[in-house]
Amino acid sequence: MKSSKISRYGLLIALAFILSYVEALIPPPVPIPGIKLGLANLVVLAGLYAMGVKEAFVLSFIRIILVGLTFGNMSTMLFSLAGGILSWLVMALLKQVKGFSQVGVSVAGGVSHNIGQIITAIFVTENINIIYYLPFLLLSGLITGAVIGVLGAMIIKRIKKL
Amino acid sequence: MIKKNDLLLIVAIVFISLAAFAFMFLSRKEGSKLIVYVGGKEHATFSLDEDVEYTVKQENGAYNTFIIKDGKVDMIAASCPDKLCVKDRSIHYSNDTIVCLPNNVVLQIAGGEEGDVDIIAK
Repeated sequence: MKSSKISRYGLLIALAFILSYVEALIPPPVPIPGIKLGLANLVVLAGLYAMGVKEAFVLSFIRIILVGLTFGNMSTMLFSLAGGILSWLVMALLKQVKGFSQVGVSVAGGVSHNIGQIITAIFVTENINIIYYLPFLLLSGLITGAVIGVLGAMIIKRIKKL
Repeated sequence: MIKKNDLLLIVAIVFISLAAFAFMFLSRKEGSKLIVYVGGKEHATFSLDEDVEYTVKQENGAYNTFIIKDGKVDMIAASCPDKLCVKDRSIHYSNDTIVCLPNNVVLQIAGGEEGDVDIIAK
């Protein structure tokens, strides 16, 4: 692997750790454990634009496993996995559509991250009423996604220069 | 750097969320009973008319304690590490839930009219 690729991976994974730590300090938007803001999505977004679709998936996967082992447990990892994979898929697809900037892709990523988590929670509790939390999560996914989109653009610019 | 489609997406999401909120707010009704689910299965049912304090104990030592007072249900103690269920608001509208995911305990309000059963369980 080229050294520039290695250093990009390294930087982004380290960033994912820091963001996950910060995220752990902020109370979750709804009282379902394992449902998080999704700040680390910034790393997947950056990977998508500064590296590539495959690299973004690798980043997504590694950060979920590493962060899950460090800060969380099996159940939070399950939610992270569901949210992370869905949001990577949505972001990778939307990036190809003209007319969407990084902010829009990030918003879609944030929202689908939360949708993935809610669907998982519904399956785990076998209770469809968890879907009542969806509006809260749509809005929080939107806000987080927008913030990450703006911050992410700054990071993408700098990472590309490596 | 924000493009037109970004804004359309944002507006669409905000609209859907607000519509969902409005629907939930307008269609909610007072519940009449509480169903306690453990591991996805019905464990116990309580009427909201009677004040009671109850602890769900599981074989692995997990416990959840809740009270029914003045027609509202509130989780007051639990063995889970994050205690999100305890911090959660008290519930009394039909279909409202308090979830303790680590212990897989769900408190759900049901009923609303006489003879109306509003349970969705799988």
